[in-house]
Amino acid sequence: MAERTLVQAVRDALAEEMERDPRVCVLGEDVGLKGGVFKATEGLQARFGPERVMDTPLAESSIVAVAQGLALEGYRPVAEIQFADYSFPAFNQIVNEVARIRYRSNGDFGCPLVIRAPTGGGVRGGLYHSQSVEAFYCHVPGLKVVLPSTPADAKGLLKSAVRDPDPVIFLEPKKLYRAGREEVAEGDGALRRLGEAALVRAGRDVTAITYGYLRVVTLQAAARLQEEGIEVEVVDLRTLRPWDVETCLGSVRRTGRVAVVYEANRTGGFGAEVAAELAERCFESLDAPVTRLAGPDVPAMPFSPALEQAFLPDADRIAAGLRRLARF
Amino acid sequence: MTTTADALALGLSRDQALAAYTTVCRARALDDRRFLLNRAGAIAFIISPRGHEVAQAAAIAALQPGRDRFCLYYRDFAAALACGFTSAELMLSAFARADDPSSGGRQTPGNFGSRRRGVIIGSSTVGPQIPKAAGIGLGLKWKGEGALCYVSFGEGATSQGDFHEGLNFAAIHSCPVVFFCENNHWAISVPQPLQVAGAGVAARAAAYGIPGVVVAGDDFFAVYRAVAEAARRARAGDGPSLIEAQVLRLQSHSTDDDQRSYRDPGELAAEAEHDPIPVFQHQLEELGWLSEAEDRRIRAALEEEIDSATALAEAAPDPDPSTLSRHVYADG
Ligand SMILES: Cc1ncc(C[n+]2csc(CCOP(=O)(O)OP(=O)(O)O)c2C)c(N)n1
Repeated sequence: MAERTLVQAVRDALAEEMERDPRVCVLGEDVGLKGGVFKATEGLQARFGPERVMDTPLAESSIVAVAQGLALEGYRPVAEIQFADYSFPAFNQIVNEVARIRYRSNGDFGCPLVIRAPTGGGVRGGLYHSQSVEAFYCHVPGLKVVLPSTPADAKGLLKSAVRDPDPVIFLEPKKLYRAGREEVAEGDGALRRLGEAALVRAGRDVTAITYGYLRVVTLQAAARLQEEGIEVEVVDLRTLRPWDVETCLGSVRRTGRVAVVYEANRTGGFGAEVAAELAERCFESLDAPVTRLAGPDVPAMPFSPALEQAFLPDADRIAAGLRRLARF
Repeated sequence: MTTTADALALGLSRDQALAAYTTVCRARALDDRRFLLNRAGAIAFIISPRGHEVAQAAAIAALQPGRDRFCLYYRDFAAALACGFTSAELMLSAFARADDPSSGGRQTPGNFGSRRRGVIIGSSTVGPQIPKAAGIGLGLKWKGEGALCYVSFGEGATSQGDFHEGLNFAAIHSCPVVFFCENNHWAISVPQPLQVAGAGVAARAAAYGIPGVVVAGDDFFAVYRAVAEAARRARAGDGPSLIEAQVLRLQSHSTDDDQRSYRDPGELAAEAEHDPIPVFQHQLEELGWLSEAEDRRIRAALEEEIDSATALAEAAPDPDPSTLSRHVYADG
């Protein structure tokens, strides 16, 4: 066990998986010599060589296409897209090629690969280094989508993603890369299964289902409401596709009130899917309308600190939303 | 004119040339039959290889099915046959039957795939196979077993960013890839001058520092020679090549298109006189490798083959609707 930040945990996961399995390789922009713009792959090229840790041309479509080609040849590539905002040039490769290859070949071909990308805002990245893209990929059968928010989850889930037989979009909340440290296990002891949510705070009044950076803010809001006598149960989804419906249903059946808290644009965001599923599945347990506390419907998070703050739900706003629900 | 000595110098035997000729005739006979079936309402949609068959068969003849990888595109029926697909299998896909080996009736015909044959399943999307082939080539280079990846596409596909990204990557890393453009000068209704600026597709190779050659797609031996040379380079570790085979599209883009609505009738009539199959037949006759009697025998046998392929596919079961959700993920 060692104390690790989230970005260190990502690097450890990659190093361990590369050590364990010679088929695992890393490719992307600046991942080699520099070790990635967030240093997630620092030291890996020196350790594993310029082929297994490859600096690619600045062209996302071919990063994903080449990763798929390698996967078809039996390798286990982990492609880095420098910012989730820049996954769109690769959208066709991800959605039409990678995600659908198993289905369109009637099971003859598979495509085990991981596409890692830093996601979300709050780091003064402006419109094009702050976007939350998970809803686009969660819409696609054939993909798995993971979005951890702690070092241990990041490591354990990334190791599982690398071993998964299907393509995984692995989104890392960049605001949490260096936000804190925790003890992280080594080797197979670190593994976390995809598709399992974590109940990270127990409470009997309201359920808050969240993921990514807003897990941190939701926990702050829950602590504040505790002082007012409102007990919030917080669930971190961790994996968005497939998501852990049962854990969420169990919590909502206990509390009767639920908010889905997410940073992405409200309309058509992944939280909207969670809200719809819960409304369908536990209507009879609900004492209040299923609620979304989400980012606003503006194109992306602006650069100005004032506007950035106005975009990102903070503890006050989340607490206010949860309070309303508790009193409904 | 290609002499016997020229052909033998290419490493081509009479048997290989006749096998390729049979493949070409098989593709044509299949196409004719699929058209009839389409017009009769028995099958939904086809794309025709008409005019491309000789170039396709020549390219695959210069490679090693079973060892190499093939990223084909939707017009590559002769190439697919040359890679080992049978008439019956392609008919099963035309009828979208459960036993269609490429996709079990999920994809439109022309998206060929077979892991055991090294044919990487296509999608109907124009262009994405090009950078994918670069990645496959990178993997083959790492394995170091001398295999290569062949990838084909039309000239319209070369307008896609994926064309640039694929050639750039493969050139940077000397990936063993043969890029094969079947330039029929039309992308549905858009003619080459509105698609490709400059001297043409092959000229673009210079920008990547790789060889780019233009060949007459109705000259079996010329295409074979160009692809064999590209394959030699790829296997020797000298990297990718781009070949532009000039062909004619002797049919509308697909059964949902009628090229008479946008093409000049005089030009269409003139092109119809330049079917590559009689050209290939004549070359083989001049070499003394094919007689008229032999040609009749080949074609008669193919008629029978297509009859039984059609009967088999017509009688074959549709996919079971309960399988709709299968193969989304590995565990399902
Ligand atoms: C990305 C994409 N855009 C549009 C289409 C529709 N489409 C299918 S084939 C085609 C023309 C392709 O022309 P070309 O690449 O020259 O090949 P050809 O069909 O002439 O052999 C178009 C526009 C498509 N399949 N994929």
